[in-house]
Amino acid sequence: MPRKKAKKTTRSKKRASRRKKKTVKAVKEEKRISRGISYEEAFALVERYSYILPQNLREELISKIIENEMNLEEATELLNEVVRRYQNSLVDPGEAVGMVAAQSVGEPSTQMTLRTFHFAGVREFNVTLGLPRLIEIVDARRVPSTPIMHIYLEDDVKNDKDKVLDIARKIELTTVENIAKDVTLDYLESSIIIDLDPEMLENRGVTVEDVLKMLNRIKGKKGRIERQGDYTIVFYTGIDDISRLRRMFDRVLGLRLKGIKGINHTIIRYDEENKEYMIIAEGSNLAAVLQVEGVDIRRTRTNNISEILEVLGIEATRTAIIEEMSNVLSEQGLDVDIRHIMLIADAMTLTGRLRQVGRHGVAGEKASVLARAAFEVTVKHLTDAAMRGEVDDLRGVTENVIIGSRPIPLGTGIVKLLMKYGFNPKEQ
Amino acid sequence: MSMVYNDAKEEKIIGAIKFGLLSPDMIRKLSVTAIVIPETYDEEGMPIRGGLMDRRLGTVEPGVRCETCGNSPGSCPGHFGHIELARPVVHPEFAKNIHTLLRATCRSCGRLLLPEDEIEKARAKIKQYEKHWTTLKHRYVESIAKKAMKSTSCPHCGAPQFKIKFEKPYTFYEERDGVSSKLRPNEIRERLERITDSDLEVLGIDPKEARPEWMVLTVLPVVPITVRPSITLETGMRSEDDLTHKLVDILRINQRLKESIEVGAPPLIIDDLWELLQYHVATYFDNELPGIPPARHRSGRPLRTLAQRLKGKEGRFRGSLAGKRVDFSARTVISPDPNISINEVGVPVEIAKVLVIPEKVTEWNVEELRKLVRNGPFVHPGANYVIRPDGGRVDLRYVKDRDAIAEALMPGYIVERHLKDGDIVLFNRQPSLHRMSIMAHKVKVLPYKTFRLNLLVCTPYNADFDGDEMNLHVPQTEEARAEARALMLVQEQILSPRYGGPIIGAIHDYITGAYLLTRKDTLLDKNIASRLAYLAGYKGELPEPAVLKPNKYWTGKQLVSIFLPKDLDYIGKAAVAGSGGICNEEECENDGYVLVWNGELLIGVLDKNSIVAQRPETLLHEIVKEYGSDKAREIMDGMFKMFVEYLDLHGFTIGLDTMDIPRDALKDIREVLEEGEREVYELIEKMKSGQLTALPGKTLEESLEAKIMETLSRARDKAGEIASRYLGMSNHAVIMARTGARANMLNITQMAAVLGQQAVRGERVKRGYTNRTLPHFKPGDLGPRARGFVSSNFKNGLTPTEFFFHAMAGREGLVDTAVRTAQSGYMYRRLANALQDFYVAYDGSVRSSEVFVIQPRYGEDGIDPSKSDHGKAVNIDKVVKKILAKRGMR
Repeated sequence: MPRKKAKKTTRSKKRASRRKKKTVKAVKEEKRISRGISYEEAFALVERYSYILPQNLREELISKIIENEMNLEEATELLNEVVRRYQNSLVDPGEAVGMVAAQSVGEPSTQMTLRTFHFAGVREFNVTLGLPRLIEIVDARRVPSTPIMHIYLEDDVKNDKDKVLDIARKIELTTVENIAKDVTLDYLESSIIIDLDPEMLENRGVTVEDVLKMLNRIKGKKGRIERQGDYTIVFYTGIDDISRLRRMFDRVLGLRLKGIKGINHTIIRYDEENKEYMIIAEGSNLAAVLQVEGVDIRRTRTNNISEILEVLGIEATRTAIIEEMSNVLSEQGLDVDIRHIMLIADAMTLTGRLRQVGRHGVAGEKASVLARAAFEVTVKHLTDAAMRGEVDDLRGVTENVIIGSRPIPLGTGIVKLLMKYGFNPKEQ
Repeated sequence: MSMVYNDAKEEKIIGAIKFGLLSPDMIRKLSVTAIVIPETYDEEGMPIRGGLMDRRLGTVEPGVRCETCGNSPGSCPGHFGHIELARPVVHPEFAKNIHTLLRATCRSCGRLLLPEDEIEKARAKIKQYEKHWTTLKHRYVESIAKKAMKSTSCPHCGAPQFKIKFEKPYTFYEERDGVSSKLRPNEIRERLERITDSDLEVLGIDPKEARPEWMVLTVLPVVPITVRPSITLETGMRSEDDLTHKLVDILRINQRLKESIEVGAPPLIIDDLWELLQYHVATYFDNELPGIPPARHRSGRPLRTLAQRLKGKEGRFRGSLAGKRVDFSARTVISPDPNISINEVGVPVEIAKVLVIPEKVTEWNVEELRKLVRNGPFVHPGANYVIRPDGGRVDLRYVKDRDAIAEALMPGYIVERHLKDGDIVLFNRQPSLHRMSIMAHKVKVLPYKTFRLNLLVCTPYNADFDGDEMNLHVPQTEEARAEARALMLVQEQILSPRYGGPIIGAIHDYITGAYLLTRKDTLLDKNIASRLAYLAGYKGELPEPAVLKPNKYWTGKQLVSIFLPKDLDYIGKAAVAGSGGICNEEECENDGYVLVWNGELLIGVLDKNSIVAQRPETLLHEIVKEYGSDKAREIMDGMFKMFVEYLDLHGFTIGLDTMDIPRDALKDIREVLEEGEREVYELIEKMKSGQLTALPGKTLEESLEAKIMETLSRARDKAGEIASRYLGMSNHAVIMARTGARANMLNITQMAAVLGQQAVRGERVKRGYTNRTLPHFKPGDLGPRARGFVSSNFKNGLTPTEFFFHAMAGREGLVDTAVRTAQSGYMYRRLANALQDFYVAYDGSVRSSEVFVIQPRYGEDGIDPSKSDHGKAVNIDKVVKKILAKRGMR
C-alpha cells in the first residue's frame, strides 16, 4: 500500500518538520535536478515583482529559493504561485476596514480581565494591563496610571554591574525623604531637623555636603542652616506662619538631591535574552533619561505615549501605540491582527497630533454634524453647526443611516454604476 | 415592472443638509398662524382657533384633515405656528456664544475688539484653513475671540470696554466701576445687531445663516402638533404632550407680561414677569439647564422638552435615527440541532407563516405562486398578500375565493409568500460585537417554537442554549438577498477577520467525539462504520478495512480520511500529547503525533489542536484555507457530525464516581496540605519573632502574604498532582480536559482533591470583621483556614466557612464581569464611531468619508486579515512544500 511507504520515509527521519523532511527527500533527488539558482539570479527574478509584492515577502522568497536550492523553473513556479495567492488575499475595494478594526479590538476586550495589575517580570513593579490599559491608550491619556521605563545601556557599560548601578543611581530620584532617618518639625524654633541615615546616603551615593548644598538653594533670606554632628542638619527657616512652615517642611521633604524628576524607583535586571544589565524604572521621563550618559537612546523605551510624542515625534508615537496595544492584547492571550491595531494608531496620529478615540478626538472631529450629534453631546454640536452655518455633505455612514439613503457609501455601496433606464421586457 | 421604474424616477436624494438659525422674519413666514390663546380645547372638546391645538398646525386625529395642506394624518407633515414674545429672551443654548460675542466686540460701535490689520490677517488665515482644516479653523477662531476679549478699549471707536459677567444659564451683567448692572435681553440684542457681517466671519459665524441677534428670541416658533400629539386615554381624558404644557406656560406668562406692559405696571413687576418668561422659554428648549430648577409635570416628573428629546441613548438621534425598529423580523428562543447544516437555521412554522417575501410573478413561477395563494395565509407554504399591478393590496386573510385570485395571477403581480426552505435570512444575536454576530442562513422550516441552529455556529454568535434568544430578519429585495448569500452566509464567515483563522470549528462534544473516534483502539464493525459514514452524508464505498480477521474492522482514522481532501498533507501535535515528554512520530504519548498524508489520517488523534474553533494554524484552518468554504462546510456538516454521532454510540458521561481517587491518595493529599499549613504557621512565627526578611519593594506584611500564598499554592499543586496520578485517560473528565473539549486538569483536581486558595482582589481573603474574616476564627489569625484556603474538594463538599469564602471569590467574579462589559462596551462604541467611515478605496488606500487618506496602503501590504494566513500575506512555506513535492515525482 502506498500509505505504508509514506509512513516509512517519514519514520526514518528524526526531526520531522515539514521542510526538513522535504529537503532530505530533495537530497536524494539532487543528482537529477540541476543546481539551484544563485542569489543574484533569485534577486533579479523576485525584484521583477517589486511593484506587486511587499518587501518582506520578497525577502522571504529569495531566502526560500536559496535555502531550497531551487532551479529557475521551480523558482518561477514558486513566484507565480505566491503572486497569485498574494493577489487573492488583497482587500476588496470598499471593505469597511475601520469597522472591522473596531470590532476586532472591541470584541476581544469583553473577554479581558479587569484585573488591573500584573507583574512585569519583576516582582516589585505593578503595571496596568488588560482593559484599563487598553482604554488608557485609546484615550490618549497624558500620563499612564503606571508609567514605567525600560532603560537599555550602551555597549561599554551594559555588562558592568557597578557602572550600571551608577547610572541607575543617577536616574533614580533621590529626595531628602529617601535618605533621612527622620525629619521633624520644631514649631517653637521654626526649624526643620533632618536626621540623615548614613546607610541610605551610601546606598544612594549622596553626601551630607550635597544635602547642604541643595538646602542652601531653598533656604530663603531669613533661613539659616546648621550642621549638628555628622548626620544631623538643622534648618532654621525663620518662618513664623505655621501653614507656610508646613509647606516649607513638605518642600524640604520632597527636595530633589539627585536623579530625574518623575523616576521614583529603579531596579537593575539582568536581561537573559540579550545577556546584559538593564534598568527598569518606575515612573517616566524620557527626555531627561535619554540625556543621561551611558543610556542607549535607541533601545530605551517608555510606556508613556505622550512623552514619546514630545521627544521622538509622531511616527514614533504611532509605533508606540501599536506596540503597547499589541502587548496588552497578546498578554491576555488574545489574537488580534496587527493591521487592525495599525489602523487605529493611524487614525489617532493622522493629523500629526495625538488624537483620542472619542469625543475630544477622532470621533469628535468628524466633518459631519449629524454623525457628531449622534455620538455624544448632541445639542452642542447642533447649536454650533447652526451658528457656523455648517453644511453636512452626508458622506459617512451615520449620516446616511439617519437620512435613510440607500445604499450606504461603504462596502458594496461604494460601487457607482450607471445603468440605462427604461428596459422593457415587452419590447424585446 | 414599469411601475417600479416610475417610482424610482420620482425618488429624490438629499444632497446635503445646511444648518443655520431662523430669523424672526423667517419664523413668521414659516408660521401658519400666530398662537395667542393659552387654552387648547373648548368645552365641546374642539381645538380652539389661535390656540395650541389649532387645526392649521396639522392633524394627528384620525378622520380629520389638516386645514393647511388638506392631508390626512400620516401624510400631513405638520405646520409651524409662532408666538410673538412681548419682550425678547435669550435662547439658552446660545447663551455661552452670546457671552463670547459680547466680550469680543465693542459695546458701542459693535466692531471686533482687534485692530484692523489683525482682523485682516485673521480673515486671510481663516480663508486658508476653511477648505480642508475645519478643526484648525475652529481653534483659530477661538483664539481670535480670546484675544479680542482681552482688550479694554475699542481700537476702532476708542470706547472703553467693561467686564461682562455671565451667570448660568442665561443672565448677563456688565461690571462698570465695580458696580454690576444686569444686561436685559433687549440691550444684548441691540449690541449683537451692531456687529458687522465681516467681523462675524472672523469669529467663525456665518452671518447669512446666523445673525447673532437671532440668538435672542423675539418670536418663538411653535412646533407642529405632529411633534407633540395628545393622547386620549381609555377614560376619554386627554393627556397633552410635555411640549404643549410648556407652550401653555409660555403663552400665559407672555400674555400677562404683555398686559402689564400695556397698563404700565411698575418696572419691578414687569422685570419679574420677563424673568419668568425667560425661564419658561429656556426650559422649553432644555429642561436640564444648570442652575435652574427643572420644570415639572403635575405629578412631579420633570418635563421632557426639546433637548431631552434629542439627547442620549433613547433620544431622537441614537434612538430613532441612527437605530430604527424594523419590520420583517422575528425573535425567539434558540435551541441546538446538530442535524441541520451550519448554513441553515430552523424556523418555526408559525414564524414562517408571518414573515413574508415579496415575489414577483413571472411566467416561470406563476403556477407555484398560484398554489401558494390557494393555500392562503393559514397553511404553511402559503401567501399573505397579493399586490396587483395597480398597487392594490389584497389581504388573503379576508378573501373568500382565493382560487379566483390565484387564477388572476399573471406577470406584474407580486405575491407576498411565506418563508420557505432555502430562503435567505439574516440571523443575529446581541450583543453584536463583530460581523459574525449577524450572518445569513438558509431557512429550514421546522415544527415547534424555537429557532434551531447548528452547534458549530455557537462560537461566532457566542450563543448557548440556557435561554438565549435570537433575532431573524428577512431581506426584502433581490439585491439584499444576493449580497446576504454571497457575503454573509455562514460558510463565508468561517475565517475571522480578527486573526485570520477559523472562528467556526469544533467545540465541546465534537472534540471529545473526534478524539474517541480517532483513538488507536477504536475499531468499528461494518454496521457501525457504514452507519457513521452514512450519517455524515457519505455516499460511496467504504475503504478497505484495516482488520480483516476475525471480522472486518475499520479504524476511526479511516472514517475520518474519507472526508479529507485527497491531496491534503498535515503534520501537527495533538493536545493530548502534553507539553513535556517525547513526541516524535509513533513514540508520542497518547498517539499525539498527527500526520495526514495524501488525505489519509495515518497516525495521531484529532483533538483541540486540530479541529477546534478560534484557533489558527490547525488542520481545520488548512482545509478552509486551501480548499475553500464549500469544502469546509461539507466537512463540518459531514465529518464533524460524525464525531458527535460516534460519541452517541460510544456513550460518554461523568458522575460522582468520575472523581473517585483511592483512600490512600486522599490521605497523601491531606498530609501534603497539613505540611503546607505547618509551613505557613512557621512563617507566621518567623514574622512574629522578627526573623522574616522583607522582599525588595515590599513591607514585611506583604512579604509574609506573598510567601504564604506561594507555600499554599505549592501545596495545592502537589495535592493536585497526587490526584492526577489516579486520573488517567480512561477517565471521562480527564478526556475532556486533556483533549481540550472543556475544562482543564485544575478543575478536575478541584473536584477530586483540593479546591485551593480563594482570592479576593488577588489576595487572600482579609475583609470582614476587625482583624478576622469571620467570627469562627480568633482575631489576628493569619492561618490558611482563616484566610480563605479551602482544603476540601467539591466532591466531598465544603465546610460552612469554606463555602462562604468561595462565595466571596465567586461574587467578585460576577461584579468584575458586570463592570467590564460596561467599560468595554463604551470603548467599543467609541472605536466604532471613530473608525466606521474608513474604507479601502479602489487604489488600495484607506480613506475616511472626509476624503482623508488614513493609510496609503491598507495594513502596509494591502492584505485582508480574513484572507491572510494567520496574519501572513502568503504562507510561502506551504507553496515551497508543494513545489518541492514535485521533485520526487519527476
